[in-house]
Amino acid sequence: MTTATTRPDAGPEVSAEREKWLRVYRQMVSIRLFEEQVNELYTRALMPGLAHLYSGEEAVAVGICEALRRDDYITSTHRGHGHCLAKGASPDRMFAELLGKEAGYCRGKGGSMHIADPATGNLGANAIVGGSVGIATGAAFAAKRLGTDRVAVCFFGEGALGQGSLYEVMNLAQLWKLPVIYVCENNLYNEYTHYTETTAGTILGRATAFGLEAASVDGQNVRAVNEIASRLVRRARAGEGPAFLQADTYRYSGHHVGDINREYYRSKQEEQHWKTDRDPIKLHLNWLLAQGYADAASLESIAAEVRSEMESAVKFAIAAPYPSVEEVEKHVYA
Amino acid sequence: MPERELTFAQAVREALAEEMRRDSHVCIFGEDVAEAGTPFKVLSGLVEEFGAERVVDTPISEAGFTGVAVGAAMTGMRPVVDIMFGDFLTLTMDQMVNQAAKVHYMSGGHWRVPMVMRTTLGATRRSAAQHSQSLHAWFSHVPGLKVVLPSTPYDAKGLLKTAIRDENPVVFFEDKMMYKLKGPVPEEDYTIPLGVADVKREGDDITIVATSSMVQVGLGAATLLEKEGISVEVIDPRTTWPLDQKTMIESAKKTSRVIVLDEGYGRYGVTAEIAAVIAEGAFYDLDAPVKRMGAMHVPIPFSPPLEDVTVPTEETVYEAARSMCKRS
Ligand SMILES: Cc1ncc(C[n+]2csc(CCOP(=O)(O)OP(=O)(O)O)c2C)c(N)n1
Ligand SMILES: [Mg+2]
Repeated sequence: MTTATTRPDAGPEVSAEREKWLRVYRQMVSIRLFEEQVNELYTRALMPGLAHLYSGEEAVAVGICEALRRDDYITSTHRGHGHCLAKGASPDRMFAELLGKEAGYCRGKGGSMHIADPATGNLGANAIVGGSVGIATGAAFAAKRLGTDRVAVCFFGEGALGQGSLYEVMNLAQLWKLPVIYVCENNLYNEYTHYTETTAGTILGRATAFGLEAASVDGQNVRAVNEIASRLVRRARAGEGPAFLQADTYRYSGHHVGDINREYYRSKQEEQHWKTDRDPIKLHLNWLLAQGYADAASLESIAAEVRSEMESAVKFAIAAPYPSVEEVEKHVYA
Repeated sequence: MPERELTFAQAVREALAEEMRRDSHVCIFGEDVAEAGTPFKVLSGLVEEFGAERVVDTPISEAGFTGVAVGAAMTGMRPVVDIMFGDFLTLTMDQMVNQAAKVHYMSGGHWRVPMVMRTTLGATRRSAAQHSQSLHAWFSHVPGLKVVLPSTPYDAKGLLKTAIRDENPVVFFEDKMMYKLKGPVPEEDYTIPLGVADVKREGDDITIVATSSMVQVGLGAATLLEKEGISVEVIDPRTTWPLDQKTMIESAKKTSRVIVLDEGYGRYGVTAEIAAVIAEGAFYDLDAPVKRMGAMHVPIPFSPPLEDVTVPTEETVYEAARSMCKRS
């Protein structure tokens, strides 16, 4: 493979581009390695409860959040670690949340499925499928009304297409021209059921019926995701209304960390195909090399850096104290 | 021959299988109920026996498929709806409260809604605020609905069979922490009537009325109290509506002290209702105010040390009972 890093004659634009795509690479690797640690914490019985890993879907969260400002809003799902990291949350406080520690983003009260972080515009992950479609739309309403020119992105799995409230809010968003983007992460499965068994007609048709700008994208190609997201975000920010993006992707692991035997609902070959031929990180890495934006060694050292960052974040979380018991009655009311 | 033992989950499955064999109108709707047999594996094997036409995987559309069940029940089917976590019941509320509960009455008795909604309750699974609630009080509040809370494998089988044969909408709550609990379950067909409490343990000094997940807690506390010479009667109403008032009141009259124990929130809750029933029915025989114990009035937190203090335990019940029984 090519070994060039930056070409000597590269102007500032090229180096900005290069920086951006290297940042994107680092972000995707961060999510992957974060999730590896989560699985490890589960396997070693150090994490209470379960977690839903985002591995395999990194290009969606990263490609979209790269098109957002820090003060733009997102809402997330039970499979939310990737969204959270891509929007800028730090792994140490995330791990602390996953372990129920006071240093966690929600003081340990939320856990894996409920991380929220106002500093990065993260309105919260949601354990109710489709539970955040109203919240994201409401944030877009407030942004428009208050003139903040923020955009809201609502992440959900294709399983949420079953929830009627999604159709109610898409109708409202289009009527009111709200700056909200509904991102449907189609990883093919609602838990243990293939989405074709639960989804009649087409996915995009559900958005076009209300007149939303609708598009689909290869969710394993981070540049494609970012390109289309940038366009939809620009439109929304300019007051041109809501959009719907279907990102086709795949989750590598089980529905949650405890879902080990999966062959009754999907084959090992299918999993292998996505991991070998469609891996978003590998695909991006190969592109970076081909562009001459980095060499293999420097990409490897980015990964090594991220790995040690994750390891120390986990250590921090394990060592962190639990909240004191009085905390339990705090925050019931504001 | 030793009594056959089944887990709570197996007892539920056996009740469903027997009723589905007996009556071809019984069918199941829910998310991942077929091949997956639900995330708790309660329904494993049913689709293999009864086919995908009777064990129906649905989209994640709780309001939609609950409504379908109501309509199907009105027109000849006997659907059993599966709502994976009791927290998702909120999505079915209009169908259950405004439709299912009222159809028979509003139609002057013309239409009936013989359906069952099976769901779960209970905390301490480290699942946080949206996967840990015990919302049975909500349904117990609504005329037209019946609410069942089995606490043993034996009761689960007998009560579920009755619920399926009932002509009304019945909401059936299973404690998700109890699915692996084992107990004797007869192989034969038996039913347990709704509205009949069960005395899980006889005693003289104090009555613990406990439901669902809290029955084991009450029994555990009773064992601890026995060592102190305090004799505890544990009563499980088994259904919050219809409610067997008589059994509870009689026990209260006998022991003169009562703790009501339920995993839902106490305020405006199951313990509030039962305490009122006992106070009204046994007032002159009581030596102490009826004590209520339930979930702390907070959303269930994720963090283990916090979650653990939100629900009554054997120890907290033991302490409460001991202080009530202190004779001056
Ligand atoms: C309203 C509601 N119903 C059911 C569930 C249980 N549940 C959790 S995740 C899930 C599947 C979600 O599939 P999808 O939306 O495609 O997201 P994915 O897990 O694939 O990321 C289900 C049914 C839930 N959390 N909320
Ligand atoms: Mg999915």
